[in-house]
Amino acid sequence: MTVTSRNPAAAAEVVLDDVDVGYAGQRVVHAISLELPRGQIGCLLGPSGCGKTTLLRAIAGFEGVMRGEIRLNGESVSRPGFTLPPEKRSVGMVFQDFALFPHLDVAGNIAFGIRRWGRGDRDRRVRELLRLIGLSGYERAYPHALSGGQQQRIALARALAPRPELLLLDEPFSNMDVELRTDIAREVRAILRAEGTTGMLVTHDQNEAFAFADRIAVLNNGRLSQWDSAYHLYHRPADRFVADFVGEGTIIPGKVCENDCVETALGRIRGPLSDRFVPGTALDVLVRPDDIALDNEHGEIEAEVLSKAFRGADFLYTLRLRDGTEILCVAPSHDNFVVSDHVRLRLNFSHLVVFPRGDSGTRR
Amino acid sequence: MITEATSQPAQAPRRWLPGRLARPGIWQITAITVALVLTLPVLVIFAHVFVPAGEVWSHLRETMLGEYVANSLLLLFGVGVGVLVIGVPVAWLVSVCEFPGRRIFQWALMLPLAMPAYIIAYTYTGMLDFAGPVQSLFRDLTGLGFGEYWFPEIRSLTGAMLMLTLVLYPYVYLLTRATFLEQSVCVLEVSRTLGSGPYASFFRVALPLARPAVIAGLTLALMEVLADYGTVAYFGIPTFTTGIFRTWYGLADPAAAAQLAAVLLSFVFALILLERWSRMRARFHHTSSRYSNLPRYRLRGWKASAAVAACLLPVLFGFLIPAVQLSIWAARTIDHWMNPDFAQLVFNTFYLAAMAAVIAVALALVLAYARRMQGGLITGIAVRVAGLGYAVPGTVIAIGVMLPFAWFDNTLDSFMRDRLGVSTGLLLSGTLFALLFAYVVRFLAVSLQTVEAGLGKIKPSMDDAARSLGVHPLGTLTRVHLPIMRGTLLTALLLVFVDVLKELPATLILRPFDFNTLAVRAFELAGDERLAESSSAALAIVLVGLLPVILLSLTIERSRPGQRMRRRNGDSAQAEPIAVPAGTRGA
Repeated sequence: MTVTSRNPAAAAEVVLDDVDVGYAGQRVVHAISLELPRGQIGCLLGPSGCGKTTLLRAIAGFEGVMRGEIRLNGESVSRPGFTLPPEKRSVGMVFQDFALFPHLDVAGNIAFGIRRWGRGDRDRRVRELLRLIGLSGYERAYPHALSGGQQQRIALARALAPRPELLLLDEPFSNMDVELRTDIAREVRAILRAEGTTGMLVTHDQNEAFAFADRIAVLNNGRLSQWDSAYHLYHRPADRFVADFVGEGTIIPGKVCENDCVETALGRIRGPLSDRFVPGTALDVLVRPDDIALDNEHGEIEAEVLSKAFRGADFLYTLRLRDGTEILCVAPSHDNFVVSDHVRLRLNFSHLVVFPRGDSGTRR
Repeated sequence: MITEATSQPAQAPRRWLPGRLARPGIWQITAITVALVLTLPVLVIFAHVFVPAGEVWSHLRETMLGEYVANSLLLLFGVGVGVLVIGVPVAWLVSVCEFPGRRIFQWALMLPLAMPAYIIAYTYTGMLDFAGPVQSLFRDLTGLGFGEYWFPEIRSLTGAMLMLTLVLYPYVYLLTRATFLEQSVCVLEVSRTLGSGPYASFFRVALPLARPAVIAGLTLALMEVLADYGTVAYFGIPTFTTGIFRTWYGLADPAAAAQLAAVLLSFVFALILLERWSRMRARFHHTSSRYSNLPRYRLRGWKASAAVAACLLPVLFGFLIPAVQLSIWAARTIDHWMNPDFAQLVFNTFYLAAMAAVIAVALALVLAYARRMQGGLITGIAVRVAGLGYAVPGTVIAIGVMLPFAWFDNTLDSFMRDRLGVSTGLLLSGTLFALLFAYVVRFLAVSLQTVEAGLGKIKPSMDDAARSLGVHPLGTLTRVHLPIMRGTLLTALLLVFVDVLKELPATLILRPFDFNTLAVRAFELAGDERLAESSSAALAIVLVGLLPVILLSLTIERSRPGQRMRRRNGDSAQAEPIAVPAGTRGA
């Protein structure tokens, strides 16, 4: 694949500095600060209605900001009272419904944003992008004759054509088959990398986010919960919302019994704790399904199988401990227990994630 | 020394136009301005409600008003019953039953739309009067002479009801048929599995579902009845519109004419409310998204003959007979109209109609785009109000245009004469400008509806996509919206063009001195009992009027959800069933 790859320095660095966005006096997004280094791919992840699309539209310039500032490559593009219009931002965008122009063929769609280029350059760029997305030879096809996946790639090529410094993707995979989504996300990521463009994706699907992004912002109700790598979101969630939204798990009550040790219904769990958790403090412990192992020979904790879900390689069991606490546990599918079986468990914590009692959404 | 730099972020240079267009306000202000200007005539009319009633008005109220109201109500009632009795059954027949000629009838039943009521009225008058072909034939057959037999008088209230019914039933037919076609096949299938036969399905399922559409079609027809001037004037029936003309010209009392117009307007607004109410209840329409060809009931024997007769009669009397009669007259009077005068007349009319169409579509585009850019409540109301003119009879609009324009001209003229000693004469009233203004007020809704529907089909993400690719809002309009909407815009132009072509009362009042259109010429010649000579102009109107009817029939054919899907995916949908058997045979 020969792609005239660009100097990554031409890609944008995105900085959001304490940004509020809203419509008609109502703030949808509050105090968001994050920095995406040039050439990296970020993701805004959250449930529907959390404000992620609004934030993306603010970065694109379709919405103004009510507070704070958005900077692209150090240049202030949005601040209260000033919004650089989207057509001047060198920001490409791929839309959820692709928004291909029905009156233009594939080549016309891709060339839409580079109409001022010389004819030769323009044709070369169109050919190059079609090769990149694997649709060479489709120049004269019209959008309605293409499949959803093809339309999606044309939309991507159209957005990339003017070599934007930043590419925004608004749930671009949500109209695709579930099985295809992560594959396509990976493919698009490779194309972005080849183009050396900074990217920002909006999605509510964590698998998509994990497959696509270097850094992920988890948004909850208009506020930023955590801006981190996928690994850290799973293993070091900043708050209960992230712990709950990313991956599976249960949160069970516990009490600090000595330094770096918590007493719970699962027994004593050891791990480094912050200094503010002095012995005697009541707190909550995050238990991921892989923190527990089913082990009828060596396990010391008794539990009863409440329900189970077959997931191919493994089962996800819902278990009830003797004091009534319910937890989740992953076990290989060759151990096939049935509901109301009694099993034994062993702890398998690699690290300890705790939240102060009564804390529901704030950072640790 | 360290100086603290005032950190002023570099402001990007902004070009005036795109920045301005992007800013909220401009579009909204434009929409409000257009709406205010276009509602001027209606506002003027309503303002006259508060003008102290003069002598003429009290005279009218004591003598004529009761008759106007009575005649208008009788007309509304008669035509209302007529269009329902014809429109609904034929719509059901061609949508759900199968009988010889059904496919032709489904578009032929729309033909009377091309026939303006005043033209059909004087065509029948010519055919049915004492010297006409019908009575001549009757006398020849019976040997009776003048005064020896009774023959129905077409120039009567009943005659007017018949004439209006014959050309207005297509409104009910069109809208009702559209809902019959849209009705999900599931509902009808359920009805059939539950043991309902064709008649029971019609009365228990299809008709209740179609009721909002029937009412909407009825309201449209009744608005035309209220707006009609040509027919009732020709038949000499005193109604509101003829009363307004009489007061305006005969009694020369503009204020009383405007007050009469205000009463007429209140009738119209009652109809609008009825229509709105019926639309609100239209929500239960689409209960299922599954569509397929309706299983048609095949009619045989006398039932099939009855169905053919039921569909043929309205087309025959509403279009074919008058069209043939007009053609015969036109052929007989060929020397009368094959001349430069007639060419000039056609040119005048087309020029005027084209101008009005372009202005109306351009304004519709501005309004619809304003709503898209800043679709707030206020813009929405402004756009809605700007489209109300379609409900307002041409007579009322003409009076509403004439009064302020004449006032402006007179005021300016006397001012200029006092101060400068120059007479400015008539600047607005009695010019093409006044006429075009009235046309736009009356027909903007036609273009607005079409353009809004077209624009509405373009997803907002298209706008965003264009802007993120470096195109400012105005560029988005020219490079994305207009090309996508080309067909829609042509349709809108055509619809306004034909409506203007047929318009009679406003043209009669507002046309410049000695400026004639086809409609005016046809009406005037007919009024002078020169029916045959008027036929060429009438025929020209009817022929051009056929264009939107054809367009409409094509659109409806494609509008059925299932139909459209199949057509668009025609290739793949057809390829599949063929590919599968081929594969099995090979194995």
